[in-house]
Amino acid sequence: MEEKQDILQIIKGRFESEIILTDGSGDIPSVTVKSNSLFAIIEFLKNDPATGYNFLTDICGIHYPENELPLGVIYHMHNLGENRRIRIKTYVPLSNPEVASVTPLFSSANWMERETYDFYGIIFKGHPNLKRILNVEYLDFFPMRKEYPLEDPTREDKDNRYFGR
Amino acid sequence: MPVKDPHIIIQPEDTDKVYTTLNLGPTHPATHGIFQNILTMDGEIIIDAEQTVGYIHRAFEKIAEHRPYYQIKPLTDRMNYCSSPINNIGWDLTVEKLLGIQTNKKIDYMRIIIMELARITDHLICNSVIGVDSGALTGFTYVFQEREAIYEIYEEMCGARLTTNMGRIGGFEREFSPLAIKKLRDLLKRLPKVLREFEKLLMRNRIFMDRTINVGPISAERALNYGFTGPNLRAAGIDYDVRVMNPYCSYEDFDFVIPVGTNGDTYDRFCVREEELWQSIKLVENALENLPEGKHHVDVPEIFLPPKEDVYSKMEALIWHFKIVMGEIGVPAKDIYNAVEGGNGELGFYLVSDGGRKPYRLHFRRPCFIYYQAFPEMIKGSVLSDAILTMSSMNVIAGELDA
Amino acid sequence: METRKTPYNIAEPPDGYSSPGMFATRLDKVVGLARSNSIWPLPFATSCCGIEFMATMGANYDLGRFGSERLSFSPRQADLLMVMGTIAKKMGPIVHQIYEQMAEPRWVIAVGACAASGGIFDTYSVLQGIDRVVPVDVYVPGCPPRPEQIIDGFMLIQSLVANEPIRRRYSPEYRELLERYGIR
Repeated sequence: MEEKQDILQIIKGRFESEIILTDGSGDIPSVTVKSNSLFAIIEFLKNDPATGYNFLTDICGIHYPENELPLGVIYHMHNLGENRRIRIKTYVPLSNPEVASVTPLFSSANWMERETYDFYGIIFKGHPNLKRILNVEYLDFFPMRKEYPLEDPTREDKDNRYFGR
Repeated sequence: MPVKDPHIIIQPEDTDKVYTTLNLGPTHPATHGIFQNILTMDGEIIIDAEQTVGYIHRAFEKIAEHRPYYQIKPLTDRMNYCSSPINNIGWDLTVEKLLGIQTNKKIDYMRIIIMELARITDHLICNSVIGVDSGALTGFTYVFQEREAIYEIYEEMCGARLTTNMGRIGGFEREFSPLAIKKLRDLLKRLPKVLREFEKLLMRNRIFMDRTINVGPISAERALNYGFTGPNLRAAGIDYDVRVMNPYCSYEDFDFVIPVGTNGDTYDRFCVREEELWQSIKLVENALENLPEGKHHVDVPEIFLPPKEDVYSKMEALIWHFKIVMGEIGVPAKDIYNAVEGGNGELGFYLVSDGGRKPYRLHFRRPCFIYYQAFPEMIKGSVLSDAILTMSSMNVIAGELDA
Repeated sequence: METRKTPYNIAEPPDGYSSPGMFATRLDKVVGLARSNSIWPLPFATSCCGIEFMATMGANYDLGRFGSERLSFSPRQADLLMVMGTIAKKMGPIVHQIYEQMAEPRWVIAVGACAASGGIFDTYSVLQGIDRVVPVDVYVPGCPPRPEQIIDGFMLIQSLVANEPIRRRYSPEYRELLERYGIR
């Protein structure tokens, strides 16, 4: 528990104005930051010897339709040497969903950011090849957003009445 | 101006050569799964590869937002379908972490037996398929008989061969039957002999070694940067295993070795998987020997379905059954991340719950998806047959790639 | 013609008139007999059903004893397109293209719930059954189907092949079926 608070104190000390909230009560410490300082924070977390998170575990997106900043990107990082994990969250508005890409720091972010763009429409500035990866290229909406249904509404062979939808 | 990653892209305009384009298309006998690589080649040498995935995208994450917690397990089966019990138990562990349920040692040891059996099946397929892609089909047919034996054990335990949907949140639905334990013991007696025969076929075989040493290498720093986990990372020299670093399910009670390679080439990946097979056999033997007494499920009536005899006769069991199926259980509203060591590496589940019956967001951290990005860098400068061997040694499973 | 008693099964000869050095029967029966016992499948294995197909080809449930020992991965040389696994909308045009590249006579078997009807994946990205893009002869249900079920479906294909009329592929109904799928 103290370890989690230490890391959060180091980050808060360095980036006082950019942090929106820190949370040391969950399973891993979690930091919510402003979207325009994300790259600097992740670079600090990777390179600074006090933190040393040298492994990017995961990037994913999330959509909270009622919030003021509905689209979110969530990063999980891992310090393999000392076995510490951290979660970084950032939120962007629907009208301008832009976040800096962390591809220069971690090559594994390449496809993970493409997947997040494919599902939520979040634009990663500086990404070498930001196009759809899992869905078909001509898909004109971002399917994981909450307003879109799971089933394909144009399918003819299944009747929604019998499937409990 | 988009940043060009110097490790991936070489501009063909740099020289005045003429390059050929070869489509290693989605349907190909050697790509075990459907993903496309468009190779730019200079004669026989590969210069660059452009990858297209998503040919089997089934929208698991979207489906998971519309299903209650116990209905998501069949989805996890179908991600890495060569070792589906590991995915199932990983999901059970995630929901137990969310709900704060602690399992007893009996359940943990049963889970370890099943997970290590699944790891054995996954590595058996991968290694024999490396043999098939280099021309040695015999190993595959011999080794598949052992996979059939493991299928019979799964069938005895849960009723299905491949997509097992094994276990429940909070334990198992039934004990291991005596027939399952007998089949397990017979398998453990037979498997070392078969594995030794398989190793004699390939491991010190001059042709196989010439075809796989220094083929598709990757250094440890690049592997870490690309997010490698599992046997591919351990072949590059870094001993990161989720079972040791964040032990779950009583793995800390067991003593096993993590094999580590040096070059990160195909031969190292083959040898690391081969050694992990032996370690898994040892783990299953130890867990079976020391299987403690206890109940096969935790006593949490809020999440574990009561047995059907009780539902038809007792009132509380009926009420709990109704509540669980209709989803009126209190679930804390928080987000958690849980990782298990899958057949290919760190299989992570990021679960965001809003207190309701279904997850608000569920994201699978799929190891195949993340390390397959490194494929163009690994095959740059090699010939096409080396690229095929590199791809099969990375154990890319299309279900996990696209999810 | 009397049948020999052998310890293994051999294909039954069709009805016909025989005499020393000569056997007279209908052409389509002989052609059907030859074709049904030497089907060359194209295993279009995409996901979990593909692993069950590997088990079917293995030594325990050997598919080779039905004459399909030689799997052809090139559609030009294949008779039977075995679609095993989920077909996403991204993959649909490719199944269509592979089917077009096959030469007549060709058959299609949809193995698994996903190939037959979309399976458990009723989503925006999964094709709800490959009969949206290619005409299918036999559907094998299951998720994944047991190897015995796959062999049962294969034997149904064998009976279809053995009893196919010779002029079926030139008939107007067949032409109209291909027109509906846009296959030339």
